[in-house]
Amino acid sequence: MNPYQKNGLYIHVPFCRTKCPYCGFYSIASTSLISRWLEALKKEVVYYKDRFEYFDSLYLGGGTPTLLSTRDLEKIMQHLFAHFDFVPNTEFTIEANPGDLTSDKADGLKAMGFNRVNLGVQSFNPQELLFLGRSHTGEEAESALKTLRASGFENVGIDLIYGLDGQSLKGWINTLNRTLTFQPEHISCYQLTFEKQTPFWNMRKKGMITPIGEKEERSFFLTTSRFLEEKGYIHYEISNFAREKIYYSHHNYKYWYHVPYLGLGPSAHSFQNKTRWWNFRSIRRYCEALEEHKAPVEGHEDLTNNQMRLESIALGLRTRDGFAIKETDLESQSGDILSRLQISGFLTIKKDRIVPTRKGFLVADHLPLCFQ
Amino acid sequence: MPQIRNFSIIAHIDHGKSTLADRMIQLTGLVESRNFRDQILDNMDIERERGITIKSQAVNLPYVNSKGEEFELNLIDTPGHVDFSYEVSRALASCEGVLLLIDASQGVEAQTVANLFAAMEHDLTIIPVINKIDLPSADIDQVREQIEVDLALDSDMAILCSAKEGTGIEEVLEAITAYIPPPEGNVDQPLSALIFDAHYDPFRGTIVSLRVFAGRVRPGDTIRLMSTGATHKVEETGIFRLGREPRDALSAGEVGYIIAGIKTVSDTKIGDTITQDADPSPSPLPGFREVKPVVFSSVYPVTSEDYQGLTEALEKYKLNDAALVFQKDSSAALGLGFRCGFLGLLHLEIVQERLEREFGQSLIMTVPTVEYHFTLTNGETLSVDNPLYYPDPATIEKAMEPFIKTSIFIPERYVGVVMDLCLERRGVNSRFSYPTPGRIEIQFDMPLAEVIYDFYDRLKTVTQGYGSFDYDLLDYRKNDLVKLDILVNGERVDALSQIVHRDRARSRALNACERLKEEIPRHLFKIPIQGAIGGTIVARSTISPFRKDVTAKCYGGDITRKRKLLEKQKKGKKRMKMIGSVAIPQSAFVAVFKADNK
Ligand SMILES: Nc1nc2c(ncn2[C@@H]2O[C@H](COP(=O)(O)OP(=O)(O)OP(=O)(O)O)[C@@H](O)[C@H]2O)c(=O)[nH]1
Ligand code: SF4
Ligand SMILES: [Mg+2]
Repeated sequence: MNPYQKNGLYIHVPFCRTKCPYCGFYSIASTSLISRWLEALKKEVVYYKDRFEYFDSLYLGGGTPTLLSTRDLEKIMQHLFAHFDFVPNTEFTIEANPGDLTSDKADGLKAMGFNRVNLGVQSFNPQELLFLGRSHTGEEAESALKTLRASGFENVGIDLIYGLDGQSLKGWINTLNRTLTFQPEHISCYQLTFEKQTPFWNMRKKGMITPIGEKEERSFFLTTSRFLEEKGYIHYEISNFAREKIYYSHHNYKYWYHVPYLGLGPSAHSFQNKTRWWNFRSIRRYCEALEEHKAPVEGHEDLTNNQMRLESIALGLRTRDGFAIKETDLESQSGDILSRLQISGFLTIKKDRIVPTRKGFLVADHLPLCFQ
Repeated sequence: MPQIRNFSIIAHIDHGKSTLADRMIQLTGLVESRNFRDQILDNMDIERERGITIKSQAVNLPYVNSKGEEFELNLIDTPGHVDFSYEVSRALASCEGVLLLIDASQGVEAQTVANLFAAMEHDLTIIPVINKIDLPSADIDQVREQIEVDLALDSDMAILCSAKEGTGIEEVLEAITAYIPPPEGNVDQPLSALIFDAHYDPFRGTIVSLRVFAGRVRPGDTIRLMSTGATHKVEETGIFRLGREPRDALSAGEVGYIIAGIKTVSDTKIGDTITQDADPSPSPLPGFREVKPVVFSSVYPVTSEDYQGLTEALEKYKLNDAALVFQKDSSAALGLGFRCGFLGLLHLEIVQERLEREFGQSLIMTVPTVEYHFTLTNGETLSVDNPLYYPDPATIEKAMEPFIKTSIFIPERYVGVVMDLCLERRGVNSRFSYPTPGRIEIQFDMPLAEVIYDFYDRLKTVTQGYGSFDYDLLDYRKNDLVKLDILVNGERVDALSQIVHRDRARSRALNACERLKEEIPRHLFKIPIQGAIGGTIVARSTISPFRKDVTAKCYGGDITRKRKLLEKQKKGKKRMKMIGSVAIPQSAFVAVFKADNK
């Protein structure tokens, strides 16, 4: 199903200018540890250099990778090229913060090999940006997009967040419309979620933020899907839209289809041969381990076949490609669950695969429970 | 040879029996102070969590009295709650006397009287003890008056104590040695020992608690259990200290235990007599009166493969709770199970909890019900304790339900609310009396069915915990009884049916629909819940489907987290019962008869 069968490489840059109050990713709002981290990262690359063969995607995420100087980024790329093999046409993605993208920076990214940029726009509305604690403006995002095109990037993704306290459906459509003027190849629309140990989590608990209700969530989700599909995008995963099939995020597909991936940097996860492991969620502990020539791995799990199947079903139900019927034992299901779910419009069957509908996407967390 | 005294401590609930036992255990030096904990005889977790005694517990105390005479006191601490009265009556069969405890601030209450009568039936010596005299609200004169008037006992005999502060304990012990007669019984006669309790130990087989009335038993003997004829070789005999303590023998007059490799659970019957195989006693001891359950409910395993396990668990459990009766049962919705009879709602709750905790069972229990009597048009009469067997309404000539006489003791200020509650529960024929100033006893004739349906919870709520209540079965009375069915997603769930009075049917139906709505998780589709009498829908509620249930992101690290959550949810779902395409949690079957959250 998945055409991107080679290994994926992820690098977690754990630094941000300021910490956004909704964000659950691991990063710190300080630059003082960058050079130490860089050295550790290099060691980690060397540690894994013979354990993964060809890669066909690189994703430099975080955190805010564009907070690093062009020189530092170049160093990372050179080091990667020196120790890992990438197939031709590898997807090289970098996550970018709109405020960081000067044309020099964009040219530099292009020159060092990136062919895809994912821009953290989140919103164009000043109030929403303020609420989200973002340090850039809508205008900056627009000029960043223009800069990227001018530097020759032909594969640009935009991240947006919806479902904010007080946001109207109309306001959200406005944001989408503004996004569409740039004809991005890829759009991610994330509903605002409340992650543990973030300021938003606490504010919601104290009643300072009211999350939108289930009904609104539903209508935001369905409207987004209909609207973007109308405009020619493919709603290929719960939160992701691509202008054409070739613009699906190659890298993210690996997570959803058990393709091996190597994650470097603090808190990064890796997967290979039914084993998943993860790094320390602390720059200090990460660096210390590597400085002592040890792997910075905090834990791992070996997946049983049943767990693999459960994941295949659960993750498959989050994408337009669904999961292979053979993953589930339809004989042992209670009642004729499949036809009931089909009649209710949650699923369809395409050849040998069970595929969620738009309505199925809406309850994708619940659907896996219906299968043995 | 030390002299023996066998006695129980009996009282209304919470009057301080277990605390008094604590003080006696400490005073006789049975336990080092660092190993001591309050209500030390309440050794089941469930007793400690609820702060009440559920099982009678025997303990042997060595004691030297003021005259320097040596004694072995077999104390049995008993439960005070009416639902465990069978534990009390069995304990009494092993004793020559009782301490009748009365809380100095509460005075005589319902179970004080009931337990006194039980002790009198056994012809036991009764020592009244007034406890909690340390309380500011203690009214000793008042209690003395009650002892004279309500209990017809000699109040001069009453000993004053505070189990909490440890005052008066020595006097209690002295009185026991002075007034309670030593056990009779001849060591030279054939062995005759009464089984009053037992429990199953996976390694050692059934461990039997007994009172020896004649003869002697020691390791190596071959004993015979008289009702089944089974014989076993005795491995160990001993007494109860805080735990089992082996002894060379148990002789006439003593209370203790036997281990005899009894691996077949059904060999042991509570109330049976044990004798020597070689020299048997000519006739068994009278045993115990049969329990008469008043509340009935069916239990089913959550998954039908667990039926065998449940069968074994119930048999083993019954060794340790003789008040439970059960027989095979089956339901269209829930498969094979057991119809059980209980002494009350608390008893039911405890049985469920102990089966789950001690035997690892996951159970579904159905709506509790009482036994109804029907006279049919063809003259036949029918006893029905299970809504499944409610007869065709067209054939019913007369329907009868059990009535009880309730006695409710409350402080005067709650008269209004308690009257309202009783009238709402179809109480009739109210009477009042004033046992002590400020307190009132209200009596009502009331259908038993109304009492098992959350009455006690409601009484406690409206009286802020001050109400105590007791009941006696009165008679059967004619009433208009209908069967209320519950339909989930259009399917009738037989295990949720109940027999109710026509006037109460609608409100019960509404309550059931609302409670099920709270208990049954949302599904992908809409689930209607309906209450129906015959073909008529009298109540309904709807469980709305998920409108949205999906998280925005799922990358690298989230995958493990997501899978773990799913695994947990799947496990939870496995423990639910599938009725058609609806997953119903165990709790739903119980919730339908629980108090509405008013
Ligand atoms: N003030 C005071 N409180 C007491 C005294 N004796 C017992 N209590 C308290 O009364 C409560 C009930 O005591 P228990 O010993 O558990 O009563 P019980 O009679 O064994 O109760 P059940 O076994 O449930 O029937 C506890 O909180 C005790 O601490 C006493 O002499 N004075
Ligand atoms: S959202 Fe992006 S920029 Fe904001 S704290 Fe998280 S990683 Fe950093
Ligand atoms: Mg007690």
